[in-house]
Amino acid sequence: MKIKNISLGLALVASAYAMPSFAANTLENVKKSDVLSCGVSTGLAGFSQKDEKGQWSGLDVDVCRSVAAAVLGDASKVQFKPLTAKERFLALQSGEVDILSRNTTWTHTRDTSLGLNFAGVVYYDGAGFMVNKNLGVKSALELDGANACIQAGTSTELAISDFFRENKMNYKAITFDTSDQTRAGFESGRCDFLVSDQSQLYALRIGLQKPENSIVLPEVISKEPLGPVVRQNDDEWFNIVKWSLNASIEGEYQGVTSKNVDQLKAKGNPGQKRLLGSEGDLGQKLGLSDDWAYQIIKQVGNYAESFERNVGQESPLKIKRGLNAQWNKGGILYSPAMR
Amino acid sequence: MFSKKTIEQIKLETRPNSASLNSFYNNPKYRGWIYQALLAIFLIGFFYTIVSNTLANMEAQGIKSGFSFLSTSAGFDVLMTLITFETTDSYLRIFAIGILNTILVSLVGILFSTILGFIFGIAYFSPNYLIKKIATTYVEVFRNIPVILQVIFWYTIFNTLPIARESINVGDSVFLNVTGLYLPKLVGEAGSGFVYIAIFLSMISMFFVKHWARKRQEKSGQQFPVLWVCLAILVGLPTLTLLISGIPFHFDYPELKGFNFSGGITVIPEFMSLAVALSIYTGAFIAEAVRAGIQSVPQGQTEAARSLGLKESKIMSLIVVPQSMRVITPMLNSEYQSLVKNTTVATAIGYPELFTVFAGSALNQVGQAVEIMFMTLVIYFALNMTISFVMNRFNKRTELTTR
Repeated sequence: MKIKNISLGLALVASAYAMPSFAANTLENVKKSDVLSCGVSTGLAGFSQKDEKGQWSGLDVDVCRSVAAAVLGDASKVQFKPLTAKERFLALQSGEVDILSRNTTWTHTRDTSLGLNFAGVVYYDGAGFMVNKNLGVKSALELDGANACIQAGTSTELAISDFFRENKMNYKAITFDTSDQTRAGFESGRCDFLVSDQSQLYALRIGLQKPENSIVLPEVISKEPLGPVVRQNDDEWFNIVKWSLNASIEGEYQGVTSKNVDQLKAKGNPGQKRLLGSEGDLGQKLGLSDDWAYQIIKQVGNYAESFERNVGQESPLKIKRGLNAQWNKGGILYSPAMR
Repeated sequence: MFSKKTIEQIKLETRPNSASLNSFYNNPKYRGWIYQALLAIFLIGFFYTIVSNTLANMEAQGIKSGFSFLSTSAGFDVLMTLITFETTDSYLRIFAIGILNTILVSLVGILFSTILGFIFGIAYFSPNYLIKKIATTYVEVFRNIPVILQVIFWYTIFNTLPIARESINVGDSVFLNVTGLYLPKLVGEAGSGFVYIAIFLSMISMFFVKHWARKRQEKSGQQFPVLWVCLAILVGLPTLTLLISGIPFHFDYPELKGFNFSGGITVIPEFMSLAVALSIYTGAFIAEAVRAGIQSVPQGQTEAARSLGLKESKIMSLIVVPQSMRVITPMLNSEYQSLVKNTTVATAIGYPELFTVFAGSALNQVGQAVEIMFMTLVIYFALNMTISFVMNRFNKRTELTTR
């Protein structure tokens, strides 16, 4: 009798700890909660930063807004979660955010071993150096024995080590948690130079007390393609993020802007009409409504608008398009075919 | 003659024997075992489910698991290492560096917080108004500010120092600037071994002198100036050896080369900030523990000592402090453990201790949070268990001997 009771108890214990099936349907969850949870940086000019009214803006922020516009029809239905470089992947893996759009470099290791997928490239970057003018340094090759300020947990940490090893030079890495701390360390003279993605260097430089005292060196020492990241094994959601990004790039290529989008939706050429959903069923294939790309370009703008507004000529950063121009204009931006 | 039986005994005898399983269950001893076994099975099942569940979920999500990453090359640099390190070295070495840096800052913190704690804890009882007030202010100020703020405060102070080229220069041998404190390093040449041996011997002889002096005092009541004799041995013997062996030492002075100083010993500001902040913060708590310990010694003890004609300083060191140790030691134990745990705030300023360099940088490059966090937890657990073990041994010695 008692033996039976014991086995019954054990069975209860076992069932209590039975493994819950892993919920992989991000699209359904986002639609249900009617808000997109988006992991961004703790504040990086041009990419993701909060203004005095608490509004987030930036190139990375626009990726999330695009996805929200495509999925929920409203670019403002995004909840931003600031993450440090160290926290970011854990936040995505654990499901705390639906998409990570936080100037994150697409690397082989991250793509293959973290259970994550990179959904494209929003900005082609490369690590570079910023030094104080007083040092009289003209090239990164003159930095032997110097102290470097680096943000902890970034791919830059690896890139700088490769660069110094390759050139048989030494350096000391002083790592900080956030980019603000990194900048403060550079400003105090704790390190002789600051190493980071070039785009960030410009952003950090305008935040210095005396930006004119610092220069960005010409060397670009690594490939740093930055892009949005999603969880692996959810292809539906992966496709949505990938094609939301492509829609804004294709929008620029097709000459569709937030100004002329209404007009082109009705009277555009077949390519424009297909993109904007007045022809074909591209949206449905993603599990969205057919005006998904229309909503992105209407509410957020195409890639060019987003770029110029956040990091380009209309912003304090004044970064040139460079690699981030369309493929037919000297850059490498290329959206796969929208058909 | 018949013996009287109690009702209980009669009940026990008349109970049917057939339900042997039942009686087995009714025996409190066996029943206890059953519940113990059930609990053990439950716990094993619980942890097994957690571990297997985690592994299964990680595999389902495509996250790598296992400890093979430990042997792969780290590829990033660490600011301060007690053992040699190249960026091509493995994550296992990063792990070791993290542990050593944690231990170093903990030991320095424990040493200075104890010194500060005892100074201010005893100063609280000073008849001098000013000293007493300084002690109270110290405790109240530093105990009530979060430790992370104190760390950042000291780091900010060190960050306001001049840059390397405008260092504060003390006799061309000690330099202080924003990148750290540079000290000359004593380098031993051939024959320096004799000096080390002399230092070692003088330390051992100190122990014997102390032992002999106590025995002599117990027998004859005569006191022996132990402190002065020990100091004389400690200074005299090595100095003599040094002179005889022809001073086989030279200093390696730090020198400004290129961007920074090279040579000598470098103490990075991250280490100094953390060590200073932890020492002062924990010192305030230890001062309180010392105060409590001293107050726990009955006033009668002091009065009795006075009536024996002991000097005030002797009363403190011979009567009050030894008796207060049994109250202080358990509190010291937990303060030391807090200090070790508090070293993790280093992540705010980038001192490369275990949490920053292994559970931070390494975790981010590898991405295997479960394994890395587990290893980190085990180390902090082991460090604190070690402290506990040592302090408990010490506590046994200071406990009130009851006869």
